[in-house]
Amino acid sequence: MKYSSQMVAKPYFIFALILLAGEIVFGLAMGTQYLYGDFLFPAIPFNVLRMVHTNLLIVLLLFGFMGATYYLIPEESERELWSPMLAKLTFWIFAAAGVATILGYLFVPYATLAESLANSFWPTMGREFLEQPTLTKVGIVVVVLSYILNVTMTVIKGRKTTISVILLTGLFGLAFFFLFAFYVPTNLAMDKFFWWFVVHLWVEGTWELILGALLAFVLIKTTGVDREHIDKWLYLIIAMTLISGLAGTGHHFFYIGTPGYWLWIGSIASAAEPIPFFLMILFAYNMAKNRRIQHDNKIALTWAKGTAVVGFLGAGVWGFLHTLAPINYYTHGTQLTAAHGHLAFFGAYVMICFTMISYAMPILRGRPHGNGPKSQKVELASFWMMVLGMIGLTLALTVAGIMQIEMQRLPDAAHAVGFMETQAAISKVYMVRLAFGVMVLLGLLTYFYSFFVKEEKAAA
Amino acid sequence: MTERITKNMARNIYFGGGLFAILVFTGLTFDTVKQIPKLSHDDQITESVALGKKVWENNNCVGCHTIMGEGAYYAPELGNAFPRLGGNDEAVFKTYLASWMAAQPLEAPDRRKMPQFHLTPEQVNNLADFLIWTSRVNNQEWPPNIKG
Repeated sequence: MKYSSQMVAKPYFIFALILLAGEIVFGLAMGTQYLYGDFLFPAIPFNVLRMVHTNLLIVLLLFGFMGATYYLIPEESERELWSPMLAKLTFWIFAAAGVATILGYLFVPYATLAESLANSFWPTMGREFLEQPTLTKVGIVVVVLSYILNVTMTVIKGRKTTISVILLTGLFGLAFFFLFAFYVPTNLAMDKFFWWFVVHLWVEGTWELILGALLAFVLIKTTGVDREHIDKWLYLIIAMTLISGLAGTGHHFFYIGTPGYWLWIGSIASAAEPIPFFLMILFAYNMAKNRRIQHDNKIALTWAKGTAVVGFLGAGVWGFLHTLAPINYYTHGTQLTAAHGHLAFFGAYVMICFTMISYAMPILRGRPHGNGPKSQKVELASFWMMVLGMIGLTLALTVAGIMQIEMQRLPDAAHAVGFMETQAAISKVYMVRLAFGVMVLLGLLTYFYSFFVKEEKAAA
Repeated sequence: MTERITKNMARNIYFGGGLFAILVFTGLTFDTVKQIPKLSHDDQITESVALGKKVWENNNCVGCHTIMGEGAYYAPELGNAFPRLGGNDEAVFKTYLASWMAAQPLEAPDRRKMPQFHLTPEQVNNLADFLIWTSRVNNQEWPPNIKG
């Protein structure tokens, strides 16, 4: 570790991993409720489980990005963080607010939350992924602004690199588009249109800039390839992200009361959305091939390559499957959407957090060359358990989606099967999905175990 | 192929392409905002429809159901609840919805459960009006059939 202020990243990483465990546990609970409707009901109804599941994901990724940034920025800027104190303080504020919100979801009826916490004054609740009470949303804004201030000041006062500037651009974008979470028009069609400004322009826009920057950083560190080369790739990737991803938002504007031209624009633009993810694969493998150094932290590079590959599969391939309007007409709002969502979020964003943690955590724990071989072996096993578990889960949901489309969507009104009957017919597939979910949890537990593996002392 | 592209060229593609994409998207956004009121029959949003949307939001209905295909996939699509469950008859739909909401949770072992939300008759009426308005939004004839 070159700068002592990089240490502030550590609690962010640890907390992100704890939240990930929570997210998976709630996912398993939902998977069980899919099969046995009485499970946990009425104590925790499905909408509460789902809200906790998805909100934990969002918050854990924010913690992951913050930790990654606080580790990366001092090294890129070649100076200490502008204010380590502020970073530590916002960690506790964000963690406390996050935990309080989750506890609120679990123990207070949602309608009661909606009457309090500033929501009756400025209502923003009850929209998918943006269920947080208005007060929590304001808290997120405050935390993110203080984070961006800290990073910006560090970058301004230090060395400016392509990586740090692109990362910062992504962060400003993240903050800007979150503001649409505060705009809830009475017209549902308008509401949906601007809701996507947060959701799509985060995950298929600004977050990809952050992802690209983090990936580039780890590749520089683990392969020793020169910056000139890495920067060029990074620019190409994010150029394609913006060119395809912005108008690509249109693939959400097919059937929600928006003008018909989106059917064409959304289809064409979003058909190009796999390109930046494909470039990331070429990027990661090219850099690994042309490496100048043999870094002992091999598992970090494995995670980096895995991020590119699984991100491409989840976001690129599974996204493309249903991104064309005539296909989406039948797939819209089915389990196929869930399949895509799971592998895309895991492959692109959860895995980039693992990549950063895998690279940085050993250094923060005083092991500049990475963890020992035994620990890395355990981590590699956990890598495959989680990746294969997620791919298995995604395939199961894909089969479920195809069955749903075949029974419920494709036939004419006289022959189509209703929603609940279709779901009953799919239940065996949901069993398979749940089993793969358990595998992901076991993978994460194995990953946790890798932190505690004892290495035999080297002879010299 | 990438050998021939220099870092400067890549940066120019990023700035040029990015700016172009932002301008196109912004332009289309303005046009869409102009068109949505007509496509969605904005003039038919009564006070009851607006209150119904609040009932929908404040009880996190989207945490189980989809509406125009968006939301969770645990429970049926409700964008077309009015034609599917009410046969496009407002009185029938309102009676149906009131009795349905009152009957929750259904006593069917291990069927997916809908919680009891303790809505007032007025709130149920608002919710019905909101769903009726939603079903009339011009959304390119989605869903493909009445089953949602």
